[in-house]
Amino acid sequence: MAVKTYQAGVKDYRKTYWTPDYIPLDTDLLACFKIVAQAGVPHEEAAAAVAAESSTGTWTTVWTDLLTDMDYYKGRAYRIEPVPGDPTAFYAFVSYPIDLFEEGSVVNVLTSLVGNVFGFKAIRSLRLEDIRFPIAYVKTCGGPPNGIVVERDRLNKYGRALLGCTIKPKLGLSAKNYGRAVYECLRGGLDFTKDDENINSQPFMRWNHRFEFVMEALHKAEAETGERKGHYLNVTAATFEDMMERAEFAKSLGAPIIMHDFLTGGFTANTSLANWCRKNGMLLHIHRAMHAVLDRNPYHGIHFRVLTKCLRLSGGDHLHSGTVVGKLEGDREATLGWIDTMRESFIPENRSRGLMFDQDWGSMPGVMPVASGGIHVWHMPALVAIFGDDACLQFGGGTLGHPWGNAAGATANRVALEACVDARNQGRQVEREGKDILTEAAQSSPELKIAMETWKEIKFEFDTVDKLDVKTR
Amino acid sequence: MAEVQPFKATERKGETFSYLPPLTPEKIRKNIQYLVNQGWNPSIEHTEPEKAFSHYWYMWKLPFFGETSVEKILAEIEACHRANPGQHVRLVGYDNYAQSLGTAFIVHRANSR
Repeated sequence: MAVKTYQAGVKDYRKTYWTPDYIPLDTDLLACFKIVAQAGVPHEEAAAAVAAESSTGTWTTVWTDLLTDMDYYKGRAYRIEPVPGDPTAFYAFVSYPIDLFEEGSVVNVLTSLVGNVFGFKAIRSLRLEDIRFPIAYVKTCGGPPNGIVVERDRLNKYGRALLGCTIKPKLGLSAKNYGRAVYECLRGGLDFTKDDENINSQPFMRWNHRFEFVMEALHKAEAETGERKGHYLNVTAATFEDMMERAEFAKSLGAPIIMHDFLTGGFTANTSLANWCRKNGMLLHIHRAMHAVLDRNPYHGIHFRVLTKCLRLSGGDHLHSGTVVGKLEGDREATLGWIDTMRESFIPENRSRGLMFDQDWGSMPGVMPVASGGIHVWHMPALVAIFGDDACLQFGGGTLGHPWGNAAGATANRVALEACVDARNQGRQVEREGKDILTEAAQSSPELKIAMETWKEIKFEFDTVDKLDVKTR
Repeated sequence: MAEVQPFKATERKGETFSYLPPLTPEKIRKNIQYLVNQGWNPSIEHTEPEKAFSHYWYMWKLPFFGETSVEKILAEIEACHRANPGQHVRLVGYDNYAQSLGTAFIVHRANSR
C-alpha cells in the first residue's frame, strides 16, 4: 500500500479529480454538467474542479484528508465532451460514490451537486444537465405516494387522458364563489379542478373555508354525474405544521387529492408530505413554481429533467411538464424526454431528447405529467398525440373563458378529448386530421362549436429559449 | 349561437366516450380492434344503473384471455346485453403488463337518471 504524506498548499484539481480511465460503477451516481470555464482554464481542470467542489474537495490540501480513504469517497470527472453547436461550453461527466449521499434524501444529493460549486470562481457558468440515479439509490427513496396505476383505479379513469382546470381569477374570490366555479367545471365533465399555486390562505379566502365549499361542490358533481372527481386542495403553507394541518383537514372532508409546490415549499416538506400521502391514501399533485428560475437559462442552473427526477424520488403523483403547444416554454423533443422520465420504468440515454444517461427506476411508480398553460380545444389533437393517455390536460382559460361559462367549457373540452381518443383508436392521424376531427365532433356539441369559434386565432408561436444542444441553432 | 346558452341539468355519465353520441357499430368494432392491437385482454362487465358508481360491476363470464377476434368479442357483448336487459354493459381491456386497464367504455347504456 502506497504511503501518502501531507504537503500543505494548493494542488491542481485535475491531479486528484480528473480520472479519464475510470469506468463508473453501477452504484455510482452520475452527473453531467455543462461548463463554461474562465479564460485560460483547461477543460480537464474545470471539470475536475467541479467534481472536487461537489464532493470531497476544498481549495487547499488539509491534513485531515489523510485520515480517510479519499480515493473511495472522491467524485471523479471521467469524461468531457464538446457541446454540439456551441464552442464556448463543454459537458463534464462526473461520478460520485453512492456513500457520499444519505439514503432517501434528494435534499442531500442536491446540497452536494448544486451547492457551493455553482458560485465557484474558476467556472464562468455551470448547469446541471442530467443525473443518473443508480437503482440502488432509487430503492432508498419513497417515490410517488400512489402512482399512475393506482390513481386510475381510484378514480376509475381508463383509456383517455384526464382533464383538469385551474380556477381563476388566481386571487380574490370568496370561498363560496370559488366553490361555484369548481362545481360548474366538474358537472360539465372535467375530472379535476385545481387551486392556483398562489392560493394558500389569504385574507380574502382562508384555506379551511375553501376546502369546505370545494368539497361540497365536488361531492355534488360526483353524485350528479356518476363519475369520480377531484380538486387539488393546495396545502402549501408557511410552515410544516400548517401544511400538515391542511392535509389532515382535507382528508377528514373526504378529499381524494391535495397539492404542493415542491420548489417553493422545499424538498424536505415535499418528501414528508409524500410520505403522509402514501400512508393516508391521498393523491398528491405537484406544482413547480420557481422552476423557470432554475431551468430556463441554457448556461446556468438545473435542467428541468433533473428537477423531474428529484421530484419522482421525493414523491408526487402529478407534476407539471409544460404543454409544448401552449403559452409556456417547452421544446417538443426535450419535453418528451422528461415526460418519459416521469412515467416509464426504464429510460435509455437519448441525446436527441437531452437524456444523457440511462435511467432505471425499477418498480418505483410513475408520475402523471400535467400539461397546463394557455391551451384550448384547438390544441387537443396535438396534446393527445404528444402525451397519449397517461397525462392530465389542464385547460384554465380554455374552460372558464367559454362564452357560456365553465360547465359548457368543460363539456367542450371533454367532447374534444373523447373525439380525439376515439379518432386515434379508429386509426386516424389525430394531429394531421385534427381540424376535421373536432369539426365533426362539434356537429353534436354546440359547446365545442362555440369554443372552436372563440379560440380559433389564439396561438403562442414564440421561439424556445432553452433549446436542446444541437449542431445547427 | 352567439347568445349565452343555459347549461342543462347535469346528466349521469359513464366515463370514457360518454360525452360523445352513442358509438356506431363501425366505431365500436374499430375500438375493439384497437384494444386487441394493444395486446390487451378483453373483458365484459355489466351492472344495474343504480350501482354503476361502484368499481366492481358484474363480470360476464371470465376475461377473454388471448381473444383477438373482434366478431367473437362483439358476440359476447351482445349475449351479455340480451341476458341483462336494462343494464349497462361495458368493455374493458386488461393490460397485464401495466397491471391496469388500457381502456374501459360503455357499449350498451341503460336509460338511467
